[in-house]
Amino acid sequence: MTATSNRGLDALEAESIYILREANKCVQPLCALWSMGKDSTALLWLARKAFFGRVPFPVALLDTEMELPEVYEFRDRIAREWNLDLRVELCPPESSIEGGLPPAARSAARKTYGLRRILEREKYRGVLVGIRRDEQATRAKERIFSPRSPEGDWDVRHQPSEFWGHYATDVPEGAHVRIHPLLHWTEVDVWRYHQRENIPFVSLYLARGGKRYRSLGEKNITVPIESTAGNIEEIIAELEVTRAPERAGRLMDHEREDAFERLRATGYM
Amino acid sequence: MKPDLKIVFAGHVDHGKSTLVGRLLHETGNISPAKVAELAGAARRRGVPFEWSFVVDALQAERDQAVTIDATRAWFSWAGRRYAIIDAPGHREFLRNMVSGAAEADAAILVVDAVEGVGEQTRRHARVLSLLGIRETVVAVNKMDAVGWDASRFEQVREECRALLGTCQLRARGTVPISAREADNLIAASDRMPWYRGAPLIELLADLEPSPAPADAPARMRVQDVYREGETRIAVGRLDGGTIAAGDTIVVLPSGSRATVRSIERWNSPERKIAIAGESIGLTFREPVYIARGDVISREAQPPALGYGFRTVCFWLAETPPVIGEHLTLQMGPTSVRVAPEGFEGVLDSGSLEICSTEKIPRYAVIELRLRAGALLAADEYATLPGAARFVLLRGHDIAAGGFITEVLGSREAHVQPEAHLVAPSERARRNGHRGAVIWLTGLSASGKSTLATALERRLFSAGAAVYTLDGDNLRVGLNNDLGFSGADRAENIRRVGEVAALFADAGMIVITAFISPMARDRALARRAAGDHFHEVYVRADLATCERRDPKGLYKKARAGEIAEFTGISAPYEPPIEAEFIIDTQEFALDRCVQDLFDYVAAAANLGEWIATRSI
Repeated sequence: MTATSNRGLDALEAESIYILREANKCVQPLCALWSMGKDSTALLWLARKAFFGRVPFPVALLDTEMELPEVYEFRDRIAREWNLDLRVELCPPESSIEGGLPPAARSAARKTYGLRRILEREKYRGVLVGIRRDEQATRAKERIFSPRSPEGDWDVRHQPSEFWGHYATDVPEGAHVRIHPLLHWTEVDVWRYHQRENIPFVSLYLARGGKRYRSLGEKNITVPIESTAGNIEEIIAELEVTRAPERAGRLMDHEREDAFERLRATGYM
Repeated sequence: MKPDLKIVFAGHVDHGKSTLVGRLLHETGNISPAKVAELAGAARRRGVPFEWSFVVDALQAERDQAVTIDATRAWFSWAGRRYAIIDAPGHREFLRNMVSGAAEADAAILVVDAVEGVGEQTRRHARVLSLLGIRETVVAVNKMDAVGWDASRFEQVREECRALLGTCQLRARGTVPISAREADNLIAASDRMPWYRGAPLIELLADLEPSPAPADAPARMRVQDVYREGETRIAVGRLDGGTIAAGDTIVVLPSGSRATVRSIERWNSPERKIAIAGESIGLTFREPVYIARGDVISREAQPPALGYGFRTVCFWLAETPPVIGEHLTLQMGPTSVRVAPEGFEGVLDSGSLEICSTEKIPRYAVIELRLRAGALLAADEYATLPGAARFVLLRGHDIAAGGFITEVLGSREAHVQPEAHLVAPSERARRNGHRGAVIWLTGLSASGKSTLATALERRLFSAGAAVYTLDGDNLRVGLNNDLGFSGADRAENIRRVGEVAALFADAGMIVITAFISPMARDRALARRAAGDHFHEVYVRADLATCERRDPKGLYKKARAGEIAEFTGISAPYEPPIEAEFIIDTQEFALDRCVQDLFDYVAAAANLGEWIATRSI
């Protein structure tokens, strides 16, 4: 991938800020999902841009208790420094997930259940999520404002029209909207932005002993890649020549052809 | 470095758009061999031949039916430039998805099957691309392998396309014969079509340029929200055109208030005293000024036009066509007004590109529609500022159409009003802590208007508002004691109420009126008198309920014939079709109705939302 121009980053940033301000004005109560990864951390940074230094909505964390220790340290530090209204939701155990999914997807589905619980309890109408189109082919088909049924289902066959900055902000009682301010960003864009803005990130993204995490997930279903990239510049250089997909290390994407689509159709991020 | 280019691949269903996208990603080295192996393996397990379209048709339903349902986006790099490819569905049923994808694009590739030539969706997509504001295109005549690489067939299809693009005001940067499946003329010149002397597709893409942000256009910012930071109020939004700098005098429309920009607010960005088109910014002002979501900020020179009536061109996406007088919402970014279609001025069948009758409007028609808005709208015309003339129409919560304004009827552009009074409306509002407003209650006798008015007045007064109620008792005694109860006198009564209420509102007060005001025409006059201050509130209860309540025994008398022309019994009541607010006193208890109405009025009059920046 070719590096993003600064002008390109400015345009992406302006669009994301516009989306965040629309979400905050039109969809309440609102929360943001934070996985402590580079994308959702950039999303919170953009929220601070949009709202002049503060994050005006709660930040929900779907905790499987399976994140790596560095990730939890990072969470506590950033939540304190950025003064986040952090809501940690413990996800139900894997044994309570209904059958039919392959093992890693089943493990990932714990987050779907955790999200459902927090939505039911807090009655959020809007959930900000840091997914991007270039991560995964079904995410590429998403809307920026993506309505979900009261059961949390994504009806991919009947998505609303979305153009010229007009978003579906109204949903029926009990339903909610997923809001994706980073949808048009790419992996390289996010790293360039981290670099330009000096946004903190978990050190696991940098190589240690010839390996680094390109995509951060739970320790039981994520594997690091071969890499020598010790800083963002080197990460970007590496991404410019690789053809391996970003989520190659996320086991749940590769168990079955439609595993990820099925996860998403029932409410995964 | 060349800026990123967003290209939409459009055209008729099955003409090979997704196959071309998948193949192009592969040929430019942007798909890993592992990914290809994964897709090929999946195809083998399903017993279907591998298709390059599987790269982008990610949904099971899409692969099962070999059709693209929703637009997707993929990126590739070539010769130092990054391209975002938008693969749009070609099936007629998924036009709304095609529009959602295509609206983002800088340029389009029109994919046409060499065997079939231009199809219905080719024409429709070409027309829609043009309406979306796209000008630059490249035509790819696909499946040349299926016509034996025949030069004369290519020429025929090229002629067809040339005529089509001309009709739609699109410019072709080139027309290239290709085979997506065989990769001919994608990256390198095909030796199977030596007669073609032009460039391969990838080189034609390299010549396309994104349209620059309109920084030299007049300044326009539609306000998304107003934030408070201590004593400061910040109006936020995206600058859609032009520039705004600290020290500039700006005009807020539709109110017409002026203010001086004190600062441009950003967070953790290098301080710059100027903002240019495309930026999401915050503005603070030296003087106190009203600003609310939906207002348009422009400079004093070249403000947008103001009007209630508009000529428009719409591409209709909803299944049922527009109906004259129906209730729609027009949105231009954060600005939202109720509108009703007033008349059809032309209808085009987007599939055949032929003019058709307004009697039977086909699906996906392009319609020249006259719209009437329920409130003053600030907007530009397409010919002068295309980006600022765009809108979408909502029917209920769903987008029914996209379009643009071609003419603002009876434009009040010249009416950005000079301060006629020494006391500016903003000063009155600052003292009162709210805007002036007319809260016009309408409904049947005994629907609860007076009860609501009395309770609302008390609540607003207690909240510190300057508020007064006009009703039959205080007006008929003096001002209107020359009027009786004939139809003409009743209309005149309401007209005077409307004018008096407008004066109260202009003086900065919140005035509540409680009159049956059964005729839509009379209420429209009151609305015109008060302009933006007017809020029609429909107090709803059905006739049976009102008759059962009958606190003054009037229904009984009317039934007995003792009162002539009694609304609901022997005279009509025309319910509002565009009320700003509806209170259902039949369904809900009085307390709840009063609370709802209070909340509405507090928001409408900006009670507590007053923007008072400290002067420097």
